[in-house]
Amino acid sequence: MMEVSPTLPAWVAIVTSILVLLGAALTLIGTIGLVRLNNFYSRVHPPTLGTTLGIGCVLLASMLYFSVVKQRLVVHEVLIAIFVTITTPVTLMLLVSAALRRDWAIGDPSVPVPPGLPEEAERPEPLPESDQPTS
Amino acid sequence: MSVLTRRVLPYPLLSAFLLIMWLLLNQSLSAGHLILGSIIGVAGGLAISSLQIPSGQVRNLHLLVQFAFIVLYDIIRSNIAVTRIVLTPGRVAKSGFLYVKLDIRNEYALAILACVVTSTPGTVWVNFDSAKGELLLHVLDLVDEDEWTDLIKNRYERLLKEIFE
Repeated sequence: MMEVSPTLPAWVAIVTSILVLLGAALTLIGTIGLVRLNNFYSRVHPPTLGTTLGIGCVLLASMLYFSVVKQRLVVHEVLIAIFVTITTPVTLMLLVSAALRRDWAIGDPSVPVPPGLPEEAERPEPLPESDQPTS
Repeated sequence: MSVLTRRVLPYPLLSAFLLIMWLLLNQSLSAGHLILGSIIGVAGGLAISSLQIPSGQVRNLHLLVQFAFIVLYDIIRSNIAVTRIVLTPGRVAKSGFLYVKLDIRNEYALAILACVVTSTPGTVWVNFDSAKGELLLHVLDLVDEDEWTDLIKNRYERLLKEIFE
């Protein structure tokens, strides 16, 4: 399935390789960031490199390569982009919400207090209806 | 829209998207796939209608396209910014939480804002207090709070307000 076509023009091969390498590099940088940064909330950020521009570059490379090889427009990669864009934020928001709730429960002073509670108060269970970004 | 159309297609955009998805997945525009895709589109719309999701309306398609390009540009820009933070040796990002007061209440506008903010590297949507309209964000490179507030308020929220409200 992935055999290299002998008729593949050089510019397509070059552009495809650059895009694939760029996408892979961004994803790698994202994972390095995940290891390097020092707290949970900061660590959420770098992996989004891979899910935005990283996957974008790989999908562009795939569209270009297969459009040329199959000699027709191949664009169903767009669906991957749409679904990744819609689903990863949900996962990240759930993770961050869970972490925030954990830190509220143990009274971590580095996170903001739950909405509607005075700063010095004992922190009870967070308000139930404020945990969804959209209702 | 007639009553019949509304009954068959309660969510026309969703049905259209399902049809397009079907055609893309099968990479075909043949009559058979058009018919099958249409059936799936209508069935999907009907299935979703039992959840009684509030139907939103895009008031300005041109602005939505413009918004998409702005977001694309910002994603590329913040990819570079986050890459720089990760790859600079010894650099500790001054990350932190940030409250932004939002004016928009439309569910679709908020959902899009949440996806945009979270999928842009460097910002994560943490919590939204719908009673007070307060959005809690976590920003990786929180050097200038006003700059981030300005980004959310003037660059995204203003456009989304025009698109949906």
